[in-house]
Amino acid sequence: MNLNILLLIPLLTLAALFAVRDAVKVRWISFAGMSIQLVVSIVLLFAYLGYRGIGISTPLLFESVYSWYPSWNIHYHTGVDGIAVAMILLTSVVMVSGVLISWNIQSQVKEFYILLILLGLGAYGFFIANDLFSMFLFFELAVIPKYLLIAIWGSGKKEFNAMKLVLILMFGSSLVLAGILGTYYQTTIVGGNASWDLMTIGALQIPLAAQQVLFPLLFIGFAVLSAMFPFHTWAPDGHSSAPTAGSMFLAGISMKLGGYGCLRVATYLFPEAARFYSPYIIVLATIGIFYGAFVTLRQKDIKMMNAYSSVSHCGFVLLGIGMLTQTAMTGAVLQMVSHGVMTALFFGVIGMVYERTHTRMSDELGGLLKVMPFIGTCFILAGLTSLGLPGLSGFVAEMTVFVGAWQVNEFFYRVATVLACMSIVVTAVYILRASGFAMMGPVKNPAYNTLPDATWNEKLAAVILIVPIVLIGTTPFWLSEMVSSSAGIWMSKLLTSLP
Amino acid sequence: MNVRELISVMAPEALLSAMLVLLLLIKIFSDKIRTSKVLLMTSAFFLAAAVAMLFLLPQGSVFGGMFAVTPLIGIEKAILLFATFMISLQAFEWLSSYKNYVEFYMLLISILLGMFIMISSGHFLTFYLGLEMATIPLAALSAFDLEKPRSGEAGMKLILSSAFSSGILLMGISFMYGTCGSLYFDDVKAMFTGSTLQMAGFVFLVTGFAFKISVVPFHLWTADVYEGSPVAVTAFLSVVSKGAAVFIFLGALYKVFGSIAATWTYVLAILAVATMVVGNLFAIRQQNIKRFLAFSSITQAGYILIGIASGTLQGTASVVYFILVYLFSNLSAFTVVSIVSDRTGKENISDYNGLYQSNPRLSVAMMLALFSLAGIPPTAGFFGKWFLLAAGMSTGMMTLILIAAINLVISLYYYLKVVRAMFVDKNEEPLQNIRSGNAARLALVICSAAIILTGFFSFVYQYIYSFSNGVQ
Repeated sequence: MNLNILLLIPLLTLAALFAVRDAVKVRWISFAGMSIQLVVSIVLLFAYLGYRGIGISTPLLFESVYSWYPSWNIHYHTGVDGIAVAMILLTSVVMVSGVLISWNIQSQVKEFYILLILLGLGAYGFFIANDLFSMFLFFELAVIPKYLLIAIWGSGKKEFNAMKLVLILMFGSSLVLAGILGTYYQTTIVGGNASWDLMTIGALQIPLAAQQVLFPLLFIGFAVLSAMFPFHTWAPDGHSSAPTAGSMFLAGISMKLGGYGCLRVATYLFPEAARFYSPYIIVLATIGIFYGAFVTLRQKDIKMMNAYSSVSHCGFVLLGIGMLTQTAMTGAVLQMVSHGVMTALFFGVIGMVYERTHTRMSDELGGLLKVMPFIGTCFILAGLTSLGLPGLSGFVAEMTVFVGAWQVNEFFYRVATVLACMSIVVTAVYILRASGFAMMGPVKNPAYNTLPDATWNEKLAAVILIVPIVLIGTTPFWLSEMVSSSAGIWMSKLLTSLP
Repeated sequence: MNVRELISVMAPEALLSAMLVLLLLIKIFSDKIRTSKVLLMTSAFFLAAAVAMLFLLPQGSVFGGMFAVTPLIGIEKAILLFATFMISLQAFEWLSSYKNYVEFYMLLISILLGMFIMISSGHFLTFYLGLEMATIPLAALSAFDLEKPRSGEAGMKLILSSAFSSGILLMGISFMYGTCGSLYFDDVKAMFTGSTLQMAGFVFLVTGFAFKISVVPFHLWTADVYEGSPVAVTAFLSVVSKGAAVFIFLGALYKVFGSIAATWTYVLAILAVATMVVGNLFAIRQQNIKRFLAFSSITQAGYILIGIASGTLQGTASVVYFILVYLFSNLSAFTVVSIVSDRTGKENISDYNGLYQSNPRLSVAMMLALFSLAGIPPTAGFFGKWFLLAAGMSTGMMTLILIAAINLVISLYYYLKVVRAMFVDKNEEPLQNIRSGNAARLALVICSAAIILTGFFSFVYQYIYSFSNGVQ
């Protein structure tokens, strides 16, 4: 199958959106477009598994290469491996439920959906692209519309927070830009011929001195999106101001763009430098995990809570990448998928609660489970996934990261792993406390007694997100096999580069 | 040199001169001819000339090599002509209610004529001749709004700073003549040894060029002149005038001073950093949209310098390509500014608050233009910036590219501020719904379409690339 269909569907949806005015039509067209996209993504998954099943073991499947700028040797190169397929599935799931969650938006509906789908387009493009030029193009496309999305439909100090978010993310992307151009320069020196293609550059032997300059640029640049400490401050502010679907995209997909970039671009292209910088990554990731968890403890605003816990959870992704073992890398990708779905569900539910109660303070809420059983159940389910209850996706992902991390037999890495493990206890504290305050106990505010439960669109959105959580939690093998075999190809390059 | 060769090589100049004479005749009978007819005819002429240039692409030299053109220069001239066409569309409404509209075009054409001679010169004398032919009408054009004192002030400032920079240029040229004994580009190139006097002359020359391109620290005239001039003239200054200066700077550096490329690469890198940083920092504080665009155009010059600094074939191609992209982006922004300013007289950024509610199309066009200037994908500006920086990378100066990349973020901040004003901020008394004229609307459509499409269709860049060359 041609991967460009993944871009074509959002593009056609956008074109259709431009043509209509009516808000109802806008919603249905967006829903239809994103549903088709979800179906295509599932078809892609089965096609991928099928091709792997019959023993095709090229690193990328469904490749297509189009010459774009011959004089620069820029080719538009698409292709997916297991990691990309997982990410595409994640994006599709979050996009559909994001469209459903935003059903009640009243002002400028058309513009809202256009921006949301534009963001999705950027994410799809980023995941299927295999040349640095197109990757960067889609990467920035998945950042800029967030500004308008937050600044127009957000809440609180939305203008400031939107600007802060976009500027910090774009700072990251400027580092990536410099890193990519530096990489291109190295290919002209080492390879004798300019190249932007990931596979081609991956085959070159770039000298360690150059790698040591380029790796931090690319890694930090992408990790800013993953809210790596100390570049995480955009996350809580941005999330707390973003509209629900914006938060879902931001935490569910956009933060994963960062992790994916760290893995796919920085670590793959510069394995020696990755090994060199690995202790630093581990330190920053562990600080992020721990710091994020403890700051979350102090949050009364449940949206802020989930935003900070995202910082903590994304720390696991960076920890998994920094460990540089196949299992840990698989775990990092699983964590990306799991956290993406979980956090989207969490933000979705928080949005539903806020829409009804108009407060996000956990001590003002209370007993909502009685009033709104569906929403309450989803809230607790998302919480349990977040703290890593076995049977749900969070457990599988974090377990894999820890097992992979434990494989590194060095004191320093052991300490980091133990510390990271311990943060799960803190996670349990804040999740259980928030659930207890907001969902259990007596109904604090009598006005809440009459609140309606989830509507059909909200239920559908939640179910679409719960299915993968349970599916990964109970039968993780299809996903971890798929990711692991692709991570193996990554690893083989890493191992051959050992001194 | 026979007549046929003369005409074929100097076809664009001949066309412009003929048009100039025609406009003179029109001026005599201007009472009897409808304004809109003249405006339409002149606009059509610019477009036709631009298209014809692309097909002709003259090549050769006349006057013993004092006037030499290559296909690349043909493309550059087509770009300048096309930009003038867009400006003429944008100024359509303003001019049709203005009694001296014929003079406006006559000045415009004489500037173009001067620029054409300048960029196709093979000799410092023709270069200087063209430069002055372009500069003096430009100052007259700046002072064109006779009822506004600021316009007169702008003209005065422009003529004084231009005279000053011309003086410095002449000083440099005379040093070259003193040490080389000839003013032919080829001779100077052959005789250039890098002696102290020659280097001093080179520095003077670069300073003169830097004035024209408004490179920091020679940028101080820019904001005042841009603010005071009529919007159409500001647009012309920021695109055509700057573009022509960049073209000749590029040509002179690559053709004449190729032997000291290693030196001027560093000079340009330092100037580029200063220009980007200062332009950015000043743009943040601007309240007036024209001053804002002035500083933004200073910043853009910084990026252009990075492309020039590379000294490679890709450098030439990316600079010319960037000017083309910059033409669409900047003129699109200026068209919106001119529509708003024409109808309401308002030129402050805060006046744009809530523009999206009353004028969604104008706002979207403006947003596209600003994103293109900021280099956000998928606009053409992204491709332009990328190529400039990638070409600059061939100097191996990683720090320069990093600084440029970080400056892109700073510039995004102030472009987003305008976007925020239009889309997010509320306004007590928003601008009324503006019905723009057909010509301006056409200009916006062309620019917006070009901003979205140019990058995706690589033949534009490839076409320029096929005629480019690096340091010789």
